[in-house]
Amino acid sequence: MLLVIEQFLNGLQLGITLFLMSAGLTLVFGIMQVINLAHGSFYMIGAYVCATVAARTGSFLLGLAAALPAAAFTGMLVEFIVLRRLYKREHLDQVLATFGLIMFFNELTRIIWGRQPLFLDVPPWLSDSLELLPGLIYPVYRLAVIGVGILVALALWYLFSRTRLGMQIRAGASNRDMISALGVNIKLLYTLVFGLGTLLAGLAGVMAGPILAVEAGMGENILILTFVVIVIGGIGSIRGAVAGALLVGLVDTLGRAFLPTLFRLIFQSATADAAAASLASMAIYILMAAILVWKPKGLFPAHS
Amino acid sequence: MNQKNRKISVIAGGALLLLLLPLVAVLLEETYFISLFSRIIIYGLAAVSLDLLLGYGGMISLGHAAYVGIGAYVVGIFFYHAQEMEPIISIPFIMHGSENALLVLPLAIIISGFFALVIGSLCLRTKGMHFIMITLAFAQMIYYFFVSLEKYGGDDGLSLYSRSSLPGLDLSNDLHFYYFCLFLLIGFLFLVKRTVDSRFGLVVRGGSNNERRLKALGINIYRYKLVCFVIAGAGAGLAGGLLANQTEYISPGLMHWTLSGELMVMVLLGGLGTLFGPILGAAVFLLMEETLAMYTEHWMVFMGPFLVLVVIFAKRGLFGLLTGEQNNNG
Repeated sequence: MLLVIEQFLNGLQLGITLFLMSAGLTLVFGIMQVINLAHGSFYMIGAYVCATVAARTGSFLLGLAAALPAAAFTGMLVEFIVLRRLYKREHLDQVLATFGLIMFFNELTRIIWGRQPLFLDVPPWLSDSLELLPGLIYPVYRLAVIGVGILVALALWYLFSRTRLGMQIRAGASNRDMISALGVNIKLLYTLVFGLGTLLAGLAGVMAGPILAVEAGMGENILILTFVVIVIGGIGSIRGAVAGALLVGLVDTLGRAFLPTLFRLIFQSATADAAAASLASMAIYILMAAILVWKPKGLFPAHS
Repeated sequence: MNQKNRKISVIAGGALLLLLLPLVAVLLEETYFISLFSRIIIYGLAAVSLDLLLGYGGMISLGHAAYVGIGAYVVGIFFYHAQEMEPIISIPFIMHGSENALLVLPLAIIISGFFALVIGSLCLRTKGMHFIMITLAFAQMIYYFFVSLEKYGGDDGLSLYSRSSLPGLDLSNDLHFYYFCLFLLIGFLFLVKRTVDSRFGLVVRGGSNNERRLKALGINIYRYKLVCFVIAGAGAGLAGGLLANQTEYISPGLMHWTLSGELMVMVLLGGLGTLFGPILGAAVFLLMEETLAMYTEHWMVFMGPFLVLVVIFAKRGLFGLLTGEQNNNG
């Protein structure tokens, strides 16, 4: 039972990381109608900048403080130079251009930081473990990740439903020309939204840094999971991103943890392990297919 | 009329080049070019099959490499079992491995086509951005499935040590293999040309322009698109089967999504919906990769921005530049 709770928390923590990634990406999809494959690159940039600054200064917080602006600034620069020209183009063009951007950023990190993965240590003040329940010891760092994710979700909710900027963003999503005619600088608004999205991706990268290896190409693994989240949740919907991210995080983690045990009850151990391993790695895609058959536009479609 | 002549001469020139290239390479003793151009032909075949989706059907699939990979694995798995002398499956019937190209290549086509049927029937329920992301996600699922197959080498893949056998030809001879691939490419081009010019092709092309209008005409566009998706998947499977033979090696890397992206790049470079363009695109992409890689291992740092520039500024593709015509669906 304790193991179930522990794996549940792990799933929650993966879900939070996915939420940070998909919240930004779903906004860009939903508001600007542009498909951005390079979102994972900003996740990677966040992780690399934090790892480098933290290694130089010895402070994780300084690393975080450098990583967030780095990701947001690179994001806005990319929007300004490349993506802005693609808003009115076909999706195919957007896919290819952002594919080119991925190639560029991955290779650039290999040139700057080399092929060896970097390691980012958990900051000492978060490296303890906490006894949540008698017998259930859980790392504080992972709890902190969950906490940060919940805070970000609340902040985003506040931004979108309670502030003027949020209102303008929502208006820009439903009718670009109208809000532009009302005197809002829509170009600037788009750049800001894009920067916000890449900032969140950078934050996700920083938080995943101590848990995973920081290496070139790390963004693409999470990017594809993020796509699954967005397809499940519905494009352009923050609520959908929350639901999809938690669902994917939990199904993936719990599947990997418990499918082998379940299968061993039924089959011989060798076959069971092989079958469980393949099924666990495919579980979220099967989940996606099932949801798609049931609701082709996702759980919470934004413009329904 | 002048433009048509120009197009015909470009195509004839390309065909002549591909036909004569190995002979020149043998004369110059640069036999390396034969295997390089075999690769170009095989990737060209895969790119043509993708063009059927991107250029004619308006279906932006970002998971096309999955079918290339499945085709390669069909050839690889039959080969492995023929070598190990153990049946592939024994329940409900016994199926033995094989090295015969006349058996394994058609099987590669059929099995990839079958996967395309299953995946396509789900993906085609969606449109636009959803479709792009879902095709990518399913391809990734297949990728992870093959990574988890420890029996066939998992992540590391499997070396085949030789090529399939074919009565009358020696496929392990690079020259024979080259002409075999070229023959199949021409056959596939002929088939695709007939398909897109037929009534079926007209419906598929119409569907990418205005789906609602076709619905109003009483046409069930979903079925047409699905058949198109299956043909494209089957073509990619054939390319995969050839690729497994060419490199004598299979790995999940063949279905990684970066290969799907590269195939897309080839189609766009050559020209969307131009049928022959993607072969030119494959040639340019692979030759560029080959040349840049000679100067720096970090060639992608140049290739990336180059792609962005191509997308922003060159809308017609190289084939359109050569023939001076707009593409079919432009």
